Amino acid sequence: MTQHTPNRRWTLLFLGILAIALFCLDIMLGSVAIPFKEVFRIVTTGESENRAWLFIIEKIRLPKAITAILAGCGLSVSGLQMQTLFRNPLAGPSELGITAGAGLGVAAVMLAGGSSASMYAISQLGISGSWLIIGMASLGSAGVLALILLIAGRIRDNVILLIVGVMIGTITLSIVSIWQYFSQPEQLQEYIMWTFGSLGGVTGYHLYVLSGVVTGGLLLAFASSKSLNALLLGENYARSMGLTVGRTRLLIMLSTSLLTGSITAFCGPIGFVGIAIPHITRSLLGTSNHRVLIPATCLTGTVLLLLCDIIAQLPGSQTVIPINVVTSLLGAPVVIWIIVRRNNLRSSFS
Amino acid sequence: MKNQKAIVETRSLAIGYRSSGTERTIASHLDLQLRPGSLVCLLGSNGAGKSTLMRTLSGLQPALTGEITIDNRPLDDLKPAELAQKLSLVLTDRIDAGNLTAREVVALGRTPYTGWLGTLTKDDHSQIAHSIEQTGITPLLDRHMHQLSDGERQKVMLARALAQDTPLILLDEPTAHLDLPNRVEMMRLLHTLARGMHKAILLSTHELDLALQTADELWLMHPDGKILAGLPEDLVLSGAFEATFARNGFSFDRTTGTFIIHQPADNAQICLEGAAKPLFWIKRALQREGLGISAHRDAPCLIKVFEAENGFEAEISFQNKQVKVSSVQALIGQMHVFFPSPHIRV
Repeated sequence: MTQHTPNRRWTLLFLGILAIALFCLDIMLGSVAIPFKEVFRIVTTGESENRAWLFIIEKIRLPKAITAILAGCGLSVSGLQMQTLFRNPLAGPSELGITAGAGLGVAAVMLAGGSSASMYAISQLGISGSWLIIGMASLGSAGVLALILLIAGRIRDNVILLIVGVMIGTITLSIVSIWQYFSQPEQLQEYIMWTFGSLGGVTGYHLYVLSGVVTGGLLLAFASSKSLNALLLGENYARSMGLTVGRTRLLIMLSTSLLTGSITAFCGPIGFVGIAIPHITRSLLGTSNHRVLIPATCLTGTVLLLLCDIIAQLPGSQTVIPINVVTSLLGAPVVIWIIVRRNNLRSSFS
Repeated sequence: MKNQKAIVETRSLAIGYRSSGTERTIASHLDLQLRPGSLVCLLGSNGAGKSTLMRTLSGLQPALTGEITIDNRPLDDLKPAELAQKLSLVLTDRIDAGNLTAREVVALGRTPYTGWLGTLTKDDHSQIAHSIEQTGITPLLDRHMHQLSDGERQKVMLARALAQDTPLILLDEPTAHLDLPNRVEMMRLLHTLARGMHKAILLSTHELDLALQTADELWLMHPDGKILAGLPEDLVLSGAFEATFARNGFSFDRTTGTFIIHQPADNAQICLEGAAKPLFWIKRALQREGLGISAHRDAPCLIKVFEAENGFEAEISFQNKQVKVSSVQALIGQMHVFFPSPHIRV
């Protein structure tokens, strides 16, 4: 319809192919070298002569790659929703303290529950345990988000709102620190490991739970794409076009909390993705239309998190560096490059 | 047109702000009516409460007391989606949609009619095409909002309001930030839309001149919280228009419908006669220079003006001297010679 459409279609197609390629690469690469033919056979038929290889692919690499996709989609879409809701280019789950809120929820389960509730113990608890952590983490992020929304209703200034968000995040982290100070060393170790972030800890039941919650959150986000588009013109215009702003805010909040909460609960606080991917996507496609942006953001998020995961395992070596470090190291320069080159922030938020 | 049923009616409406128990009334006892097919301009000095009235009528802010009905239904009873099919807005709000194309923004106007995903039907597309045609923004469609000038952006927002297909359109200072040609074009467009598409259009503005010329009805908002409604001409002739904008230092000329910036000189020594068009401009220049204009032919100085091919020619008679000039600059220069200060007040 517009002059950008053919261009946009090619970009989306390219992103899709890239995502599939990276998914395959992510499964193939790892500390144990497995021939390509075997990987293909295991993924398609689920059989192999080498039981160790079968285990590695089915129980470790495949779940990790799927988790990467879920985290990539979830975090970036929640970032996109927040940037539109707050009309702020710097909004994102970690920037406004939402991730810290989820961290508080996780800390409540891990540290307060005593040693029996460590991550290891919880993974033994099965479904009910994972629901507990997801529930608490989502509750934590929803709490912070509600607080920020409450303040956002009074303060129209984006910069002030951002400072308030950072402060709330700091307060939340301080509460966790006090908690840590009075905790046992073994509990602490679990929690600190969690803060590094990892895509590898989600297997079995947990993966089903996480997939379910993230899919739900994404569907909710896609369902509010019409409202998000109306919100681009500001709250007054949105209301004049028949939008019930209160209900819309609530829906977006629910979706964002579910996405951020569940992913943070299982993978730890993964920074940068939420704020950067929406900008990268807008810049690539040159649109603010959420009906295009939400699926496209999912694709870009998937591509970037798979790439980060591949880098994190340092192909050919035995070590794995925390995913949180990789996303920041790789992502922050990308954001700076895009902002400088395309001047994207100004065109989207002015 | 006067006999037509009003689309918006207010009954003893009071507007203002209510916060933590205290009420601040801005205007009260408002009984206003807005009819289809008419363009109404809301005028008032800064801080008179124009925006508050606009916000209250559009349901963005609750009324203090009294009642607003739209299409015979109380405003409070209308669900947001229903209201959105009766009333559309063009606001002065900043828009964070720089990355949307003009076409996408106009399409957003269909929001109240589309399903949960916002998919446009054939009917939606024809409505969008119609409003694009009415506002003449076809060349802008594929450009992004941040690439448009203020005037272009304002027209796109108006097209969006038209696409919303409501019998009533409220515009908050649609001519602010626009240059004169754009202001005139916007007012003319609104006038055409009110007549051609039979819409009720209410706009607040500071453009007194344009409002006097284009409005079917004026609402004059007094700083003391009253609103006078009527035809522009009636309000001018009754002196209400003057009273609303009464200020020390300048006054309103009921004969020409303009504000007089320069005080009339107390020494009327010049008589002007001749062709009307050059006369008007020469008179303005003389007034600016503080030279009084007399209605009597026996004034010390007589200027006869004739239309000429390249403007005009004037014949100045002063104390048996005759001078011919063909530009206002030359004429003023000659006047300075004839009337050296103190007659000329600089």
